[in-house]
Amino acid sequence: MSELKTRTITLNGVETRVWEKGAGATIGYFPGFGGTPRWHAFLDELAKTRKVIVPSLPGFPGGGLGHLELHNHLDWVIACGDLLELSGLSGGDLIGVGFGGALAADIAAVFPQKVRRLALISSYGLYDEKDPITNVWAQRPGTVQNVLCAKPERFTELTAMPNDYDPTEWQIEMVRASEAGARYLWPFGNTHLDRRLHRIKQPVLLLRGSEDKVIPASYQQKFAAGIGSTAKTATINGAGHLAELDEPEAVAKAILDFVK
Amino acid sequence: MKICWFHLMPYTDLPEDFQKKHSSVWVDIDSRLFDPKRAHHMYNDFMDELEFAADCGFDAICVNEHHANGYGLMPSPNIIAATLARRTKDTAICVMGNSLALYNPPTRVAEEFAMLDCISGGRLIAGFPVGTPMDTCYAMGQNPSSLREKYREAHDLVMQAWTNPDTFSFNGRHNQIPFVNIWPRPVQQPHPPVWIPGGGSVETFEWCAEMDYVYSYLSYFGYKAGLATMNDFWSKMAELGKDRNPYRAGFLQFVGVAETKQEAMKIYKEPAEYFYGRCLHVDPRYAMPPGYTTEETMRRKYQSQVAAVAQKGEEKKAVSGLGTPADMSIEFIEQEGYVILGSPDEVAEKLREVAINMNVGHLMLLLQYGNMSKDLTNYNTKLFAEKVMPQIKDIFDDKWEDHWWPKPMAKAERAVPAPTTREAAE
Repeated sequence: MSELKTRTITLNGVETRVWEKGAGATIGYFPGFGGTPRWHAFLDELAKTRKVIVPSLPGFPGGGLGHLELHNHLDWVIACGDLLELSGLSGGDLIGVGFGGALAADIAAVFPQKVRRLALISSYGLYDEKDPITNVWAQRPGTVQNVLCAKPERFTELTAMPNDYDPTEWQIEMVRASEAGARYLWPFGNTHLDRRLHRIKQPVLLLRGSEDKVIPASYQQKFAAGIGSTAKTATINGAGHLAELDEPEAVAKAILDFVK
Repeated sequence: MKICWFHLMPYTDLPEDFQKKHSSVWVDIDSRLFDPKRAHHMYNDFMDELEFAADCGFDAICVNEHHANGYGLMPSPNIIAATLARRTKDTAICVMGNSLALYNPPTRVAEEFAMLDCISGGRLIAGFPVGTPMDTCYAMGQNPSSLREKYREAHDLVMQAWTNPDTFSFNGRHNQIPFVNIWPRPVQQPHPPVWIPGGGSVETFEWCAEMDYVYSYLSYFGYKAGLATMNDFWSKMAELGKDRNPYRAGFLQFVGVAETKQEAMKIYKEPAEYFYGRCLHVDPRYAMPPGYTTEETMRRKYQSQVAAVAQKGEEKKAVSGLGTPADMSIEFIEQEGYVILGSPDEVAEKLREVAINMNVGHLMLLLQYGNMSKDLTNYNTKLFAEKVMPQIKDIFDDKWEDHWWPKPMAKAERAVPAPTTREAAE
């Protein structure tokens, strides 16, 4: 496996970090809550056989203040579609988790040529008031990891401050990541994706952790029904909402088998 | 010195075990605790108290806006202000205020404030809060990441609606209106004085300086905790080349007056402990939606916390300002300066010190709080008006002019509301 490489691209005038590791066909990763403040085990699993490209979403770690340039859902979809182009992911396989799933699904629906195969892990984008999503922005301070992961320490590790970082700036970046998600998904995560799911013709894998406390199981079925025959579903036992943090090997295997 | 009488209108019947059995006084407070027939009496008592304060000679009576809140029963302060405009004569009416981003479209605020200014003959102070996280983001669903830009845009729209004599179109990001032409227009020209309630963010200091608005620091935690913020405010004014006119600023303070301090500690114990216990029992899950606090303010807050920990080796209180110690006894409340308690002379001396140290020309006083009865509220109000007010009224007036006070129509030109019974009218 090659070393982790860092590139910088410019998206809407904002310097944006792109991480890359591995060789082979490309696979992209749009993360969920918290973004990708550090490279983690799941990405390493993918990089064993694929070239993994992780562009920073606007406002998420490495994405600067790019979220403030985006004022509506169309802005977000276009910006993240451009992000695929600029980071060398267009036409490749794409993984979207939670927040990132809502964007990845919309890009697949609106710009079908940009995505080959799509893997969604507990994606946002729909909302059913009879079976509501847990509000991740209404958790008591210091407890959000308990709803995000079956192994909360995994999220704590993901967001732990690196040794050489300024503590104030690190805290601000973590809040900014949460804000960026809120900027396009507040308050429910409902981007009315149900109106566009039928446009997704690519093969789609809908993954969900069996212990997901954020998005109820019924949403996996709603996505599948909306997309139709190209969608298949799978459950990762023992994983929470950010399933790839809880069970990196199992999630990577399911996705690599699907995109083969 | 201007002395303003402020009412929050707290629900006075929250049960004694409220903190044990309920998670929050705000956002998801249990609606089954609300008895509308009791609220009928509360509203009428509260309006009596505001009118009584006006009659006692306070310079202004103040109301504010909260939503889904057990200590603030005014989702629409304009409704209360309308009744006050009819039932009071000379007192300024301070609506502190309308959370601009919550009005759709915000021309509604320009219209209703203009109505209030017309009905009152030009006695309105127009307050424009951003609104708390609990009110705006959770109870009213606003996006915390765009709340402030929506607020600023709404402000621009209201100001243009008040000051542009012609019909115009407004092409904003959040509001697109083909014909803006409010009718009525405010009595006070070009517009009523604008006061901005704030929580200590440096951007708000700067904006008040730029727009020449009053900055009013509405903290429930008294003069001791508030001094640092007001010092920051005045440093920023100096940096921006603004004078130290104390009327640029307002400050909220709870007060309880009695014949002696001992007596004050005794009679205000229950309402103060009710407020700082039950009324501030806010679930912290609603205190910090991401993006509500600007990064610059976060940066200053985190840095000052790091410095405090480094210097004192102790953790500061919850960042939201809403985290309250478990033991909210009257002794603690008094000692921390949350409520100033004492004899008239003691309270006057303390308020003089507060006003001068903070350089604040608009004192916004809470003389009703928690479950304080109307009798006790009126006692507090009357004793304050008779024995405290005369001792502090003169502060600043020899040196400074209040450019931010309403300029009503001349008294002789103003309407006199007819008596309320047919017999009296005839």
